Amino acid sequence: MNDDGINKNRRRFLTTTATVIGGMGAVAATVPFISTLTPSARAKAIGAPIEVDIGDLGPGERKIVKWQGKPIWILRRSEQSLATLAELGEIVRDPDSMVEQQPAYAKNEHRSLKPEYLIVIGLCTHLGCSPSYVPADDEHELGDDWKGGFFCVCHGSRFDLAGRVYKGVPAPTNLVVPPHQYLSNTRILIGDDSELS
Amino acid sequence: MKTVVKYLYGFRDWIDARFPLTKQWNEHLAKYYAPKNFNFWYFFGSLALVVLVIQIVTGIWLTMNYKPAADLAFASVEYIMRDVEWGWWIRYMHSTGSSAFFIVIYLHMYRGMLYGSYKQPRELLWVFGMFIYLLLMAEAFFGYLLPWGQMSYWGAQVIISLFAAVPVVGDELALWIRGDFVVSDVTLNRFFAFHVIALPLLICGLVVAHILALHEVGSNNPDGVEIKNNKGADGIPLDGIPFHPYYTVKDIVATVVFLIIFAAVVFFAPEMGGYFLEHANFVPADPLKTPDHIAPVWYFTPFYAILRAVPNQLGGVVAMGMATTLFFFLPWLDRSPVKSIRYRGWKYKTALAAFTVSFLVLGWLGMQASTVTYTWMSRFFATVYFLFFLLMPYYTSTDNDKIVPDRVNYP
Repeated sequence: MNDDGINKNRRRFLTTTATVIGGMGAVAATVPFISTLTPSARAKAIGAPIEVDIGDLGPGERKIVKWQGKPIWILRRSEQSLATLAELGEIVRDPDSMVEQQPAYAKNEHRSLKPEYLIVIGLCTHLGCSPSYVPADDEHELGDDWKGGFFCVCHGSRFDLAGRVYKGVPAPTNLVVPPHQYLSNTRILIGDDSELS
Repeated sequence: MKTVVKYLYGFRDWIDARFPLTKQWNEHLAKYYAPKNFNFWYFFGSLALVVLVIQIVTGIWLTMNYKPAADLAFASVEYIMRDVEWGWWIRYMHSTGSSAFFIVIYLHMYRGMLYGSYKQPRELLWVFGMFIYLLLMAEAFFGYLLPWGQMSYWGAQVIISLFAAVPVVGDELALWIRGDFVVSDVTLNRFFAFHVIALPLLICGLVVAHILALHEVGSNNPDGVEIKNNKGADGIPLDGIPFHPYYTVKDIVATVVFLIIFAAVVFFAPEMGGYFLEHANFVPADPLKTPDHIAPVWYFTPFYAILRAVPNQLGGVVAMGMATTLFFFLPWLDRSPVKSIRYRGWKYKTALAAFTVSFLVLGWLGMQASTVTYTWMSRFFATVYFLFFLLMPYYTSTDNDKIVPDRVNYP
């Protein structure tokens, strides 16, 4: 225990406690390093809602706007194309939108507030490319039974005109419907649905 | 003259009394004994070091004019290309250097697989090398975002989204990596920090560890014979020659040949028809529109083809991760008592040939737009790729290996 006046137990105790306390400090210091990598207050603030005028959209036309840095598609669907949605029940993976990729008010066959207008975030749910809009009567190589929709050139995922994902493609879920509400018949607010709840 | 030499020796002795200069010189160069039967496959380690130096020096010069901000980055690269004196040369050296790095490293790794250089006692040497390879891939990925072109942007978007496939924490993880809800100025700025400081420091540190481990165990050779098992009376391996001057001279010749080819690319084909610098990257990043055809740079395409071959998001990411990390386990998957391909039986030779073909075909497939036929081809070759690793314990332990000689073959 006690050689030449050296108390080894005390020495070991002091070494151990100094190491443990110092180690705790080092671990605590990782918190700021990890936290600075999360979105800053400014990055969060850029998510503010945007107002869009949709009065100039003809049937079958699509408008792209930017919200939170992401492409938002506003598609005006014709009566015929809305009718095709019911036929695709067997071909799409999640026809009834069971996976929460949309606010409750868009959980229906047409995945929107008004059947005519589809509003989705235009990023593939696979790896985030922005798919192309391919109407049925455009030239395409997607097969004769293509009813119109979205095709992702990156990895070949397909979505119908309600942003519902086809079976057998890499994307796992339907396109995301952002929170939105109508301010009037021709104006919508994207990023805010406070009037609806 | 004599007095000058005397003073120089005196100066050397003065340093040696304070810093192990002569000791290090001898340990790593003048008295490091390497097998005398190296062939051209043994150039690529030194060449990797040459490219590392090119990348660091040109990289430092690029940062003098580059601006890591979303609204300035693309224009600052164009400024370097058009207005900065010799700026185009610095940038083409750097962009050609990144492709050259992967060519050299892939050949360097393939050398290890040909001659069993990862086998006992060089397991840790191989593992260090694999870490360098992974960091190099990360370094290339971070650097590719910096020009802020369309390919930069959507390439980063796709690769970061890979992390979102992780169960439960995936979305949070992707958000944390980006530092924003989409790839943005924030992402660009941090990728710049990783690309110019963090990863180069780590890579240089690991390169030092890699060389220290090599010099501890000694180099393998095309015969896979341990030269340390046959030492002369002076304790020097009979089949060993001092690295300096024998291999330094040989490596200088290799470096000259390499630089001739390298300069030819820099001056005459810096874009390499879209393989080294992709055409879509000459368009500034547009977060609203993905280019019609997106593919990674050539050195990532084998893994990209594997990612696309799996019809499941998480499965694809896992397969891609495995395709890169399985190399780590080669020292333990390979059960053969023989190192070099020269003395292996037909099984390993066939397996390595099948792997080589798969890697090259997958690399080609990863550049093509996905069609049904190509997807099935990717699945086939990805299966061969994985079977090379997974069946290795079986076919290497039952192979009809030949007898390894005691001494190296030297023509």
